Amino acid sequence: MAQTKEQQKRAQEEYQRLARRHRPRPPLLRNALLAFLVGGAISAAGQGVLNFFVAQGLPPDKAGGPTAGVMVFLGAFLTALGVYDKIGQVGGAGSAIPITGFANSIVAAAIEFKTEGFVMGMAARMYQIAGPVITYGVTSAIVVGLLRFLIAGG
Amino acid sequence: MRRGVAVKRIGKQSVKFTSPPVITNTFSIVGPMEGQGPLGQRFDTVLEDTFYGEQTWEKTECKLLREAIFNVLNRAQLQPTDLDFILAGDLLDQIVSSNFALREVEAPFLGLYGACSTLAEGLATGAMLVDGGFADRVLVVTGSHHDTAERQYRFPTELGVQRPPTAQWTVTGAGSCLLQSQGKGPRVTCATLGRVIDLGSKDPNDMGTAMAPAAADTIRQHLRDFAKRPEDYDLIMTGDLGAVGVELVRVILRKDGIELGQQFQDGGLLIFDREQQDVHAGGSGCGCSAVVFAGHLFKLFAEGKLRRLLLAGTGALLSPLTYQQAESIPSVCHAVAIEVY
Amino acid sequence: MSYVWAFLVGGLICVIGQLVFDLTVFTMGHVMVLFVVLGSVLTGLGLYEPLVKFAGAGASVPVSNFGYVLTSGVLKELELIGPWGALAGVFELGGGAIAAAIFFGFLFALLTRAKG
Repeated sequence: MAQTKEQQKRAQEEYQRLARRHRPRPPLLRNALLAFLVGGAISAAGQGVLNFFVAQGLPPDKAGGPTAGVMVFLGAFLTALGVYDKIGQVGGAGSAIPITGFANSIVAAAIEFKTEGFVMGMAARMYQIAGPVITYGVTSAIVVGLLRFLIAGG
Repeated sequence: MRRGVAVKRIGKQSVKFTSPPVITNTFSIVGPMEGQGPLGQRFDTVLEDTFYGEQTWEKTECKLLREAIFNVLNRAQLQPTDLDFILAGDLLDQIVSSNFALREVEAPFLGLYGACSTLAEGLATGAMLVDGGFADRVLVVTGSHHDTAERQYRFPTELGVQRPPTAQWTVTGAGSCLLQSQGKGPRVTCATLGRVIDLGSKDPNDMGTAMAPAAADTIRQHLRDFAKRPEDYDLIMTGDLGAVGVELVRVILRKDGIELGQQFQDGGLLIFDREQQDVHAGGSGCGCSAVVFAGHLFKLFAEGKLRRLLLAGTGALLSPLTYQQAESIPSVCHAVAIEVY
Repeated sequence: MSYVWAFLVGGLICVIGQLVFDLTVFTMGHVMVLFVVLGSVLTGLGLYEPLVKFAGAGASVPVSNFGYVLTSGVLKELELIGPWGALAGVFELGGGAIAAAIFFGFLFALLTRAKG
């Protein structure tokens, strides 16, 4: 009865085809709409913060930094309250893609892993999701920056 | 056909007990969300919160197992030293919840790992120990905790991730069963032990698809080994296939000419109300089949509403490491027949 | 008007992310990484800055903006101080937000615990 590798592979392919037919699809339209509403709302809130800093007299190109800081704080605060994961379940990418989602990924991991200690638990593992974002962001910035500088001269 | 002295070994993968061991007592303890589910009233203890007075969820999971052990012993008016063996397992690395819970239990301990099939694996193993003449009293206990499983297998609990419709919700809860050579209660009459089956599923958010082939294989083999039909059982309950897996088992077995009717149900679908509770495809985890059996089905036997049950525990045998290395998910299913007569 | 464009553009960027998430095997972590790299590449092509000018927070709130600010920092310092700027400039503009996330992460980890 021992199956050959070939038979095993064929059985797997056949089953995966069957499984695909029966797998519930994510509700694409609904998810997209919710992502739009939640992501749009967070962006509009960010615009409110930006407008506030500009009204305080900051030039628009200098207001982006503090705005990001405030949005990060809001994301962190909602995570600490245990609310951001609920927003994420509904909003999907709408709450993950904004910078509040980046803050959520750091704060959620930090809070979670403090049970394994403040050094190797909290501090080490808070970058579980943010680490890749920073790593690829930095690498990409250096490569793209250099390429553009060499090709277009800045 | 068979060689040697294994006269209780039947068919390709099964065993039949000559003096079927009795499940005399059970105990179930669940988290708040399970308490709000359709079976909420059936559980012996429902927690107010997911910590249960502990600092970490891992400690909570350990405490759930300990409570399940001591409460079922109380019910039977036994001491840990009265036990010949205790069989326990859970989902955490190195089955730590069981190991640590057993620090306070003076009884010979065998650790089991069958992922979410652990209760069925334990009942089958325990029944073999009793019917084999190695034990008069065996305690089987297993449990899981939603948040420890999330931490180990997925993401931090406060991370705003969206679960797809195939995802399942790990049950917080533990269930224990006391198997004895004598006493009153339903009996474990026979069992079919599953093979590890891997049909190439890779999505850790879709356990139902990964486990369905194992469940179908074991149920099919059980029916063959004992020349039975599905109608010979009042209830065939898989552990935690969820909506996706249940559908696939029906489809796979239909191809083999086995039609599972109304008597086919799933612990993961019974424990939660998928319309009202945000659990997607249903419940999962060691605790799922454990509390559904210990809390609900065992009582159905006592109430005379159930006479012949095939409990088919399903387990996905993956680890966080294996899916990061893009391995597919092997699964196993063990089935035990529990009957009154 | 600034709110409307922020809402529309920010929302649409998230919709793209949601479609990638739903239609591929990527996790949300993969999607976030993808957007950061996309933001960086669009900056290299000179397309992200006009988008920020046009949509304000609609372009600067999504995580793709990280790619933009990190790459812009590199370009700025390359111009000012030469080759070393390719490294030294990375956190020039985006460092504040990362520092904020790390600091608040630490702070809230001290003050609270996960609720599940």
